[in-house]
Amino acid sequence: MATARGGGVLLRRRLAPALGLVPFLAYLLIFLVIPTVVVLAGAFQEKGSFSLTNIDALKEAASRTALGKSVLLSGSTAVIGAVLGAVLAWLVIGARPTSLLRRAVVSLSGVFAQMGGVSLAFAWIATIGYSGAVTNFFRSHLGIDLWGNGWLYALPGLILVYCYFQIPLMVIVFLPALEGIRPQWQEAAVTLGASKWQYFSQVLVPLLRPAFLGCTLLLFANAFAAYATAAALVSQGSPIVPLMIRQALTSEVVLGRQHLAYALALEMVVVVVVVMVLYGLLIRRSAKWLR
Amino acid sequence: MNTGTPVQLVDLERSYGGVRALDGLTLDISPGEMVVLLGPSGCGKTTALRILAGLEQANSGQVRVGGADLTNTSANKRDMGMVFQAYSLFPHLTVAENVAFGLKLHGRSLAVRTKRAQEMLELVGLVQQGDRYPVQLSGGQQQRVALARALAIEPAVLLLDEPLSALDAKVRVQLRDEIRRIQLEVGTTTLFVTHDQEEALAVADRVGVMNAGRLEQIATPTELYSSPATPFVAEFVGLSNRLPAAVDGDVAVVMGNRIPALPGSARAGVALVRPESVRLVADKLGAATVTTIAFLGALSRVTCTLDDGTTVLGQLGSSDAIALTLGDRVRLDLATTPVLVVPAA
Repeated sequence: MATARGGGVLLRRRLAPALGLVPFLAYLLIFLVIPTVVVLAGAFQEKGSFSLTNIDALKEAASRTALGKSVLLSGSTAVIGAVLGAVLAWLVIGARPTSLLRRAVVSLSGVFAQMGGVSLAFAWIATIGYSGAVTNFFRSHLGIDLWGNGWLYALPGLILVYCYFQIPLMVIVFLPALEGIRPQWQEAAVTLGASKWQYFSQVLVPLLRPAFLGCTLLLFANAFAAYATAAALVSQGSPIVPLMIRQALTSEVVLGRQHLAYALALEMVVVVVVVMVLYGLLIRRSAKWLR
Repeated sequence: MNTGTPVQLVDLERSYGGVRALDGLTLDISPGEMVVLLGPSGCGKTTALRILAGLEQANSGQVRVGGADLTNTSANKRDMGMVFQAYSLFPHLTVAENVAFGLKLHGRSLAVRTKRAQEMLELVGLVQQGDRYPVQLSGGQQQRVALARALAIEPAVLLLDEPLSALDAKVRVQLRDEIRRIQLEVGTTTLFVTHDQEEALAVADRVGVMNAGRLEQIATPTELYSSPATPFVAEFVGLSNRLPAAVDGDVAVVMGNRIPALPGSARAGVALVRPESVRLVADKLGAATVTTIAFLGALSRVTCTLDDGTTVLGQLGSSDAIALTLGDRVRLDLATTPVLVVPAA
């Protein structure tokens, strides 16, 4: 009897700390697990029964083009954002942590990284749209047509606008990695005979590579899943997967394609899982140094 | 074995804003010698070491190594190995790769690098840990690897910047002795910087005591301890009682005892008397009362208070101290070890 009571106390003690996780687990269940299961199930259904019709539809030219453009958009903005963001973070790290420059750049990056959607799209339209302030200035004072054939509302425009939040996001996520670089490593390398280039290539780059690539993958996932900015900017056509999902769900022209939306969403889940697996492999590699 | 290279720091000056970190520092280190720079924080000892390494530039003065003027030579061309306070191993490289890093920079072949790394790891007793990453080692092991890495390139000069200060007491003593053993074995001229006097006295051929950017005294550990040249050295190295004294010729009269006065003593003031020079004898008619007894293992430190309020610290064997209890009256006799008399503050 006493043993049973003791066992109960032990069990309660072990379970008590886990209780704090319950809200988080509930959140995961409601906003990640259930939607994923619904997407998975919906992708393989048509008119209430199992079907591969929607999966087959992913092989159609329109779907493949949208996926290709999504990957291109995400990949290019991830690379541009990672490179420019890393350079900006590198410049910022040279300033003292309390300096106005550093605090300002970090704070503004935090704001810009979260700025997206309609307000961002409108800001760009108002700046370099057909009647944008800069477009008008170039047109009337320099005779240059910035508008061209309306590139802002196509893939090149999306790339430019996405960089607006990708670069500051890189600054925020890459800065801790730069802060972890110890000055002693440079001094140790230099006293052992390293030139600046040798320190950069043989110490700094290998040390920062996992963090840089990890951040790049994060940026890729961020761009790949972004919807609101593209939706506000592109009203005609569906050049990327999230907009194609919108079309499948809301189109008044092509009806009854909800399950195609599930299949497209499943495709996005697969791409994000691949990215996360790569990210995990990178983390595991650098974890060997940090264990 | 390295035959060692002479090192000369000549009249080095270095200021940071209005603060003078080095004030005309001149130091000669003989080939194969280990000199320890000892001093409190901010005395300029690390600045001196970093100027020798080329990591900082002096405002004026000269750095000469092996007869060559290296004052304006960049750090990566000075041929020096350096061990830092802590955390200087490259975390993405294994222990063996860390040790071989300098050789790789010098263009040595993989076979040469591997062989040399193995030799160095044998020297520091870590040959089994070659495949591990630094994070998998203890602090003491990491510093051994750092030492192996610094020595792998067979540097002209080995620089040790407080290499033991981040370690716990037991490991510190072990590694301290090991650093000395290895330094004697390889024969590399070495400059070691520390604020720990016990560490300095234990490993050095000579100890240089620094204060406010100047070298107060440089001497063998024994000479430094027994014949301090300045009040600062006497008080910074070891413990000292400050007892009223008068100097008569070359003899100091302290508490009725006649003791040889060290050169440079003032004519009157306070004598700086080591605790081990104070003998305590239980005596009901003695002039002092035991106020504290601190057991330190083989030795004990006993604090006594004279009737005029002066506090005297004595150090004696614990087997003798056991006979004393708090409140005992004791007689104080002083050994005839020479003392420095300085003006009373």
